[in-house]
Amino acid sequence: MRPVYAISGGVSKFAKARPDKTFQAIIKEAYDYAIQDIGLDFPTFTRIVDGSVASYFSDHFSRQLMAGIMAQDYLGLCPKPSHRVEGGGATGGLCFQEAWKSVASGHMDVCVAYGFETMSHVETWKGNEFIALASDVSFDYPVGGFYSGYYAMMVTRHMKEFGTTPEQLAHVSVKNYGNAFHNPYAQKSQRISIQDVRNSPMVAWPLTRLDICVMSDGAAATILVSEEGLKKLEDAGAQIPRPLVKVTGIGRGTDMMRMADRPHVDYDFFMENYATEQEKNSDETKAYYKKLWDHGTRYPGVHSFRAGRTAGNMAYKHAGVKDPLKELDFVELHDAYTSSEIQTYEDMGLCNYGEGGAFAESGKAFLPNIDYGLKLKDKTVCAVNPSGGLIACGHPVGATGLMQGVFAIWQLQGTIKKHFRDDKLQVKDAKRGAIHSHAGTGTYVSVSVLEREG
Amino acid sequence: MAKLPSQRVESLGGFVVHGIPFPANTDEESLQFLKKMAPIQIEQEYKIMYLHSYGQDSPWFAGLTNKRLLASRDAKSGYTYANPRGHDVYSGDATNWIDITNVPAKIHAFTVCYFGSEEFLPDCPFVLALIEFEGVNTLLLTRIMGVDPAAPALDWIGMEVQPRFLRNSKLKPTDVYFVPKGSE
Repeated sequence: MRPVYAISGGVSKFAKARPDKTFQAIIKEAYDYAIQDIGLDFPTFTRIVDGSVASYFSDHFSRQLMAGIMAQDYLGLCPKPSHRVEGGGATGGLCFQEAWKSVASGHMDVCVAYGFETMSHVETWKGNEFIALASDVSFDYPVGGFYSGYYAMMVTRHMKEFGTTPEQLAHVSVKNYGNAFHNPYAQKSQRISIQDVRNSPMVAWPLTRLDICVMSDGAAATILVSEEGLKKLEDAGAQIPRPLVKVTGIGRGTDMMRMADRPHVDYDFFMENYATEQEKNSDETKAYYKKLWDHGTRYPGVHSFRAGRTAGNMAYKHAGVKDPLKELDFVELHDAYTSSEIQTYEDMGLCNYGEGGAFAESGKAFLPNIDYGLKLKDKTVCAVNPSGGLIACGHPVGATGLMQGVFAIWQLQGTIKKHFRDDKLQVKDAKRGAIHSHAGTGTYVSVSVLEREG
Repeated sequence: MAKLPSQRVESLGGFVVHGIPFPANTDEESLQFLKKMAPIQIEQEYKIMYLHSYGQDSPWFAGLTNKRLLASRDAKSGYTYANPRGHDVYSGDATNWIDITNVPAKIHAFTVCYFGSEEFLPDCPFVLALIEFEGVNTLLLTRIMGVDPAAPALDWIGMEVQPRFLRNSKLKPTDVYFVPKGSE
C-alpha cells in the first residue's frame, strides 16, 4: 500500500434545515471550500482529480435513488469513476476509508470523498422512524423502533454493571456543547450545565433531549492523495500546508444487527480476542478485569461495542499505536448519544472497560482552555470531540464521518484558527488524532488514525 | 410545576398557493434578482405496501399465535438464541426449534420511551426491555407491562418476568410481551 495524505477538506454549515439549496449544491459548498483551501480553481482541480466516493445513508430522507451520481454530475466530475458507500451512521467514516483504499492501492492519485444528508424533508418523528428502519424490521423495529430507546437500554445495563450515573453522561454533553460554542460549523451554539441536561425533556430513560444528537442537513468533503497526486496538484499551483497530514491507520469492525443476539464472552476469550495491546500488557488492568468477570460481567453484551474495539485495535496496529490515551492528542468520535461516547471511550482503549463514566467526569477528555463551568479533577490527556461532536455539531449522517475527517485535518495542520476564526479549539501541537464513525447499535464501526509528519 | 410548552406543534401541511410571485418581465435585472428568491417547497406523498416474508423464521410467529415462545438451538453445542436464527453462527449448522415459554426469565436491560418514531407515538410512554432466559445465550427485545412508566428504577433489572400473549395475533413480535412474574 502507498502512503496516503489527507490534504484538505470542507464542511457546509450544519443546520436543522437547508431548503435554500438542493443536496448537490450543499455538497458543492464543502467541495469548493476544500479546493479553494489549497489555492486551486475549480477547472484545474477537476482536470487533476481521478475520481470520488459518495457517502449518504438513507434513500428515504431525500426520496431519491442514486443521489450519488447526481452529486457527481453537479460537481462536474462525470465521467470519472465514483461509487456510493452506505453503512448507517458509519457511512462517512467508511467513505473516508474507501477513498484511502483508492489511493493506497494505486487506483487513484487524487480522490475526493464527499457526503451529505438532508434530513429536514420529513418531520422529526418520521425521521426517527426512517432511522429505526436500520434495525431488524422483523424483530426489532415492530416492538417500538426507536434508536434512542435502544441506546437507553444499553445505558441502564451500563449503569447496573458499572455504577455509571446520568450526571456522568451529562458531562459529555456539557463538554461537547462547550466546545461547539467555538465552532462556527456547529448546528448548536449554546453553553449548558449538568442541570440543563438533566432537566431537559426525558426522551428514553435516562436519556434526555440534551443527551442525544439532532438531525441535520449538511455536507462535507475531504481530498486524499498519493505522493504522485501531491506532485500533480502542486505542479498545477496548489499550496498544500507542510507538514503533511498522513493517514497512518485504518480499522473496521462489525457486530450483529440485533443487539439482543450479541455474545457475552468469558475473560479468557476477551483477553485473547478483544483486549487492546495496553490491556494485554498491564497486570493491573488484567487483575481489574478478572475481578469484573468474577462478579458476572461479560463482553460485549448490550452495553459495549465489539465492532468499535475491533476497528480501534486494527487501526492502532496499523498505525503503531500501543497506548491510545497517551499516544493520541485528540479523538473525534461518534457521540450520537452521551452514553455512546462513554461506551466508546472504553472500546477505543481510552480507559478501562466499565470506567467510561468516571473517565467522562475526570476532565481527561476536555479541552484545557475552555471554561465549562465544571470542577474537573484531571487535566486534559486526550481531547475527545474538540469540535463539539455529533451532539452539538449535528449529525447529517452521510456527512458526519467526513466532517470528523475535515476537523482532524485542520487540527493536525494547526489551522483551526483560520477555519473557525477562533483558536480555542486548537489542540496544542496536535501530532496524532483518530476519527471514529459508528452505525446502528454498533453494527459497522470505522476508526482511522491521522498524523502530522515530521 | 411541569414546564408548559411554548411552541405550537406544527405539521408539514400548509395553504395551496395559486400563483407564485415572479418578475413581470424577464429582463437582465429581474433575472439577476431571482438569485435572491426564497426556495419553493412542495409536499410529496409516498405510500407503499410491502408483502414481507418471515421466511425460515415463520414458525416463531406461528408459535406466538398459539401462545408458545420458541427459540433456536444448535444441536451440537447447545448454543441457544432467543431470537429465531435458522443457522448457528459458530458451526454454520441449521438450528432446531425449542419451546422456552415456561423457562425462567428476567429483565436484562430496559428503558421507558416517552417519545418514539411516528408509528409508535400513540403508544408513548412504553417500556422496552431485553429479556434473558435461563439456559439461553442471547436476549429478546420486547415490551413490559405491569410496571409504572412514570417511575422507572434500575431495580427493574433482574426482575423476574413471564410472557403474555395477545389473544388476537397481529403476526408481529409484539404478539408476546412480558409482565412481572405472578401478575394477574
